Amino acid sequence: MLSMSTNNLSYNDQGGTDSAVEVGQETTPTSSNAGAGFGLFSVDFKKNDDLKEMLESNKESLKLEAMKRVVGLIAKGKNASELFPAVVKNVASKNIELKKLVYVYLVRYAEEQQDLALLSISTFQRALKDPNQLIRASALRVLSSIRVPIIVPIMMLAIKEAASDMSPYVRKTSAHAIQKLYSLDQDQKDLLIEVIEKLLKDKSTLVAGSVVMAFEEVCPDRIDLIHKNYRKLCNLLVDVEEWGQVVIISMLTRYARTQFTSPWKEDGVFDEHSERAFYESDEEKTRNEPEAKPYMMDPDHRLLLRNTKPLLQSRNTAVVMSVAQLYWHLAPKNEVSIVTKSLVRLLRSHREVQYIVLQNIASMSIQRKGMFEPYMKSFYVRSTDATHIKSLKLEILTSLANEANISTVLREFQTYVKSQDKEFAAGTIQAIGRCATNISEVTDTCLNGLVLLLSNRDETVVAESVVVIRKLLQTQPTQHSDIIKHMAKLFDNITVPMARASILWLMGEYCERVPKIAPDVLRKMAKSFTSEEDIVKLQTVNLAAKLYLTNSKQTKLLTQYILNLGKYDQNYDIRDRTRFIRQLIVPNDKNGALSKYAHRILLAPKPAPLLESAYKDRDRYQLGTLSHTINTKASGYLELSDWPAVAPDQSVRNVEVIEPVKEWAPSLWKTGKSKPAKSSDDKFYSDSGEEEEEGSGSSSSEDGSSSSEESGSDAESRVENSSQSSEESDESSSQSEKSSSESESDSEKKKRKTKTPLQKKTVKPTAKDGDSDGNVAKEASSSSAEESSSDSESDSDAHTDSDSGTEHKKKTKSKAKPKVEVKSKKEVSLLDLGDFTPAPVTQLKSSILSPSLLGDLEGMSLSNVSSTIQVSGPAFVPEKSHDLLHRMTGKGLSAQYQFPRQPCLYQPTMVSVQISLTNTSDHPLEQIHIGDRSPTGLNIHCFNTVECLEPEASVTVFMGIDFNDSTQAANFQLCTKEDHFSVSIQPAVGDLFLPITMTELDFRKEQGKLLGMNESSATITMAAENMTSQPISRPVATVANLGVVPSGQDDIHRFAGKTASSGAVVLVTVELRESSTALITINTEKSVMGSMLLRDLKQALAQA
Amino acid sequence: MIHSLFLVNSSGDIFLEKHWKSVVSRSVCDYFFEAQERASEPENVPPVIPTPHHYLISVLRHRIYFVAVIQSEVPPLFVIEFLHRVVDTFQDYFGVCTEAAIKDNVVVVYELLEEMLDNGFPLATESNILKELIKPPTILRTVVNTITGSTNVGEQLPTGQLSVVPWRRTGVKYTNNEAYFDVVEEIDAIIDKSGSTITAEIQGVIDACVKLTGMPDLTLSFMNPRLLDDVSFHPCVRFKRWEAERILSFIPPDGNFRLLSYHVSCQNLVAIPVYVKHNITFREGSSQGRFELTLGPKQTMGKGLEAVLISSQLPRGVLNTNLNPSQGTYNFDPVTKLLSWDVGKINPQKLPSLKGSMSLQAGASKPDENPTINIQFKIQQSALSG
Repeated sequence: MLSMSTNNLSYNDQGGTDSAVEVGQETTPTSSNAGAGFGLFSVDFKKNDDLKEMLESNKESLKLEAMKRVVGLIAKGKNASELFPAVVKNVASKNIELKKLVYVYLVRYAEEQQDLALLSISTFQRALKDPNQLIRASALRVLSSIRVPIIVPIMMLAIKEAASDMSPYVRKTSAHAIQKLYSLDQDQKDLLIEVIEKLLKDKSTLVAGSVVMAFEEVCPDRIDLIHKNYRKLCNLLVDVEEWGQVVIISMLTRYARTQFTSPWKEDGVFDEHSERAFYESDEEKTRNEPEAKPYMMDPDHRLLLRNTKPLLQSRNTAVVMSVAQLYWHLAPKNEVSIVTKSLVRLLRSHREVQYIVLQNIASMSIQRKGMFEPYMKSFYVRSTDATHIKSLKLEILTSLANEANISTVLREFQTYVKSQDKEFAAGTIQAIGRCATNISEVTDTCLNGLVLLLSNRDETVVAESVVVIRKLLQTQPTQHSDIIKHMAKLFDNITVPMARASILWLMGEYCERVPKIAPDVLRKMAKSFTSEEDIVKLQTVNLAAKLYLTNSKQTKLLTQYILNLGKYDQNYDIRDRTRFIRQLIVPNDKNGALSKYAHRILLAPKPAPLLESAYKDRDRYQLGTLSHTINTKASGYLELSDWPAVAPDQSVRNVEVIEPVKEWAPSLWKTGKSKPAKSSDDKFYSDSGEEEEEGSGSSSSEDGSSSSEESGSDAESRVENSSQSSEESDESSSQSEKSSSESESDSEKKKRKTKTPLQKKTVKPTAKDGDSDGNVAKEASSSSAEESSSDSESDSDAHTDSDSGTEHKKKTKSKAKPKVEVKSKKEVSLLDLGDFTPAPVTQLKSSILSPSLLGDLEGMSLSNVSSTIQVSGPAFVPEKSHDLLHRMTGKGLSAQYQFPRQPCLYQPTMVSVQISLTNTSDHPLEQIHIGDRSPTGLNIHCFNTVECLEPEASVTVFMGIDFNDSTQAANFQLCTKEDHFSVSIQPAVGDLFLPITMTELDFRKEQGKLLGMNESSATITMAAENMTSQPISRPVATVANLGVVPSGQDDIHRFAGKTASSGAVVLVTVELRESSTALITINTEKSVMGSMLLRDLKQALAQA
Repeated sequence: MIHSLFLVNSSGDIFLEKHWKSVVSRSVCDYFFEAQERASEPENVPPVIPTPHHYLISVLRHRIYFVAVIQSEVPPLFVIEFLHRVVDTFQDYFGVCTEAAIKDNVVVVYELLEEMLDNGFPLATESNILKELIKPPTILRTVVNTITGSTNVGEQLPTGQLSVVPWRRTGVKYTNNEAYFDVVEEIDAIIDKSGSTITAEIQGVIDACVKLTGMPDLTLSFMNPRLLDDVSFHPCVRFKRWEAERILSFIPPDGNFRLLSYHVSCQNLVAIPVYVKHNITFREGSSQGRFELTLGPKQTMGKGLEAVLISSQLPRGVLNTNLNPSQGTYNFDPVTKLLSWDVGKINPQKLPSLKGSMSLQAGASKPDENPTINIQFKIQQSALSG
């Protein structure tokens, strides 16, 4: 007691104790002397006696009052341990609040008074059997919090019992107790792992977070325990409470790094700037075109990515950050960027959150500039930011700076330099230095700017500038002698040692460039040598030595004088240096050997210093961790392992009992797609696959009574469920059903019919994905067997869909169309190819199937497209392909082209063209490539040379053509090894656009700018039944690649796009009038294109 | 996870401590005090401080540092987020989160902390649940409790804890069923010397006060959901439905809560509804400077600007100011050099201005930095994002 009290006192300074006294009086106003006992131990004793009396009285209210005061003491960090016997008697009290306060006390002091603490144990043991789950749980909580080694066996027993308790709340408590017991007695590890294993199987969302926490604490290396629960955890994740989500996500990140192969492609096809990846498009990716890429993402890997994505919208910043780090460490490079927006959003949160998030962004932005570049303005410094936040923002801005934006960044920096926060201003100067070295174009500008700063009045700014200039000059010393001169002039006014030293060093290093000034500076230094700082003295000695070597005539005496001064300096470093220099440069008999090399030693060319980010090496730590924040390994940090070269057996995660691997692979592939199992209905969606999702989504759009269809497909999903999994997973699905049914199931049915936009959403990104076609199949490719099987499955799904429901015949029709084409295509290729290579078949088929299907879907529900602003996905992709080269003229090589209407990935101004090459001859064609082109200025991005095309095989390639906003044909030569054929691609005017979405307001505004000459319009007559919006948007979308602008009026439809090449806005308005006439208005500054488009539209709409 | 929590006031005293595992000596906070001393401003204390055996993670709110002691690796945001949640809970319970309020309610605070963390891992952080476990103190209840000896602690396990809607308790009853939604939008802009906007962002929140009986399932749809560029939700909102239909569907918690916060990406720059004309000059050699500010509304769509508050950090060389506001009151702190001017409501007919002179340190050269001016204001009934 005595020692404790004195301890406390020693921490509190005078002010502290004073306020503590006040506190005491405030909290216990009834007690005259409570809390006044600092230093006066007698009073303290008396007060405690007082409390003891109250605790031993018979009145509950007195006891409670006493306990409240005791808790007050504990809160202030005062010692109340001598009351232990009196308090512990009340542990069995009936009054819940009293009991709780006693618990608080027990937990705090049991460790110190182990023997007495044992008195309370039997009470807890009794309470563990209480019918009230709250009491059971709190008894276990306290029992396990008492750190008394003797009761370890009792705790173990209690934990085991609680782990199979009925109440999930008690089970959760037992998961917490595991960690406590483990920290008390590590020998129990094996037994505890058994309990953890049991609890991991628990399906309650309440338990999941806590048990994973226990897992991380007790046995993070027992990855094998996770296997069977992996999918369950992924599916439960959305419903787990926020704190549990953080823990589970970080555990799953580690797990995934050991179990899956790397999704990071080795080849640099997609540079870091590609921002187009949306994972929903993966279905398409997997199906579209298998190229010879070996990587295919494990479906479980995909499941994890998919189920964590919605959590980016959590309000809990820790959850968002942990999802972000999961994507960073696990997702394919092109998908990581979806986390950017959410991270930027976190910057609006509390200061501390900003700090951590900015640190992580700083690390990320070094590796992947492209991710954050569009959000650069979010990192502009505000005057209200704390200094550490300012410097982090500066760090990020520096990392993001590139040739394109450097001018804005520098302008920002200019303002920062003037900041009153000098630490920050100094940081800015360093940042300018880094920009100058990183971007060679602006080096001179920066240097000039820094030189201007030399005349700044603030010392820290000047000093920092000098240091940075020194570093910069060192990188390119050739032509900057005037800067050195300028600095020499400033030398007298600068007092910051580091800056002075830097100038001296520069003088010495480049003394040959300033032969007149350097000796003079040395002369001044000789005068003031004794009063300089050590670092300046050292540099003076250096300068003297260098000058002596280059210009000994003028400086010999000066040097000797300085060396003499240095010899008797107080600092031994300087004495040492002086002695060394003297021996080195002053020729004498004994050591001629070294002095010969003095020149070479002192004036050796020195490598320029690298100005690097302080966050460069932080990537060795997992993002979002404490270790990353403090840049050292925190205790308990678990390394993120490297990707395994070969994935471990994935069937370990399979919860099925018996089923051949080959069979479950496709079904697994499907589960991989399943959305977070928030409800059973969702499960139905996801299980039956994306294809079906699309189908049912579009088909049920207006379908009020889709119950029959629903029940049908529901059953279907059940079947699939059961086929795919054992009783275990069945149970889990029913569990999730149960848990969600309360909240959702009722509304879910009704909701279903409005689900359409989701499909659209999922579809759109694909369409938008300019590169997806190129990229698409990489992941899937290897397993065409799997693909075809699932394809066929989904086909049949789609069929069942289109059969059901009566109101969507139209759609069925439209769906049928592409399908027919697919079939015919397929047949053709089958005819052509025989059974040579199955891969190209699927490729062809899928590449045509999906865009057209997509297009259909898009076309169908176009009217309420919601998406991001700017360029959006095409509303419709015509499946029509044109002959580029007939097989007769092409001597066996036939080529067809079509416009996929994707933004071109090579250059934004290009239109992307998809070309299918087929070899119909009987010998392989080699080296198919593009030869001469005309007009010669035509900007074409050629496809990579196709080395060899086997007979009967076909291949799809992509090229980009800049049509320069004209429909003039692009002529070029298609060459094989032996021949070359002149071909031409003639674009329709509608294919030269890229759709953009904008608000109606923006549309009007733009329209207002494009009147008069830029407007062309026509009135047409159209059939009356087509006067609703959907049939209008469809033909328009067919003709031209335009985006729909949501319109307030029913009879006016607006479409917007921009030309690919020049980006000129194209606005189309279709105004339906009475008596089935319609007014088409086109506003664009490209009036030629406008009139051509008008002609096409007139045709299309009149037909309709 | 979280080992201990210390509450430190602005003068550097620990006024509350709580340990969830074995006791960590107060002396660990010495490292924190060191960092606090080094920091020029209270905000500049680094949120994460490594010490030889522990890590200190702190947040500063309401001039109180909440210092959590960590012993091993844990995501720092996890701790920070939790600490903020603790502060929010205190605020919810006591109305304010000040040192005095915490000291007055130390028992409730302790009970709350006990419920919120078990062994350092968050247990119950939803205010609906906590309020069932521990009733918030009200004057009436305090009186009743002292007379009858009844308690603040609930006897039953909160129903929400076990259900699928952990944020709502069952058996809510109101005679008047009502739900209010507040849309609050904030605009953050940086404007350069000449008045052109460098960057502007709009951040909005929808705060709700829902008092409905039973288990209501609400849907909320927006006229133009595309405006909401990036959204974060209260856990009660169903993510899937939002993604699918842009409709908010949720079972609300009882009482006040923040339904969502969103970020509006501004393609075209936002119109800032206020402008400032400034003329601040320092003359070389003389010890006088001129200071002139005029405010005016701009494109406010007829809505009045209210609660306008201007603050500016003047250069260190300024000794004192002699200014004359046309309305409101101004205040200059000669120590921190912070000038603040509480303008109040702006009357478009008579634009408020602040004119006068500054006296500079004699002999000192003219300060070369331009003071930054921060303006805060409110506009009722207006949404900037449109």
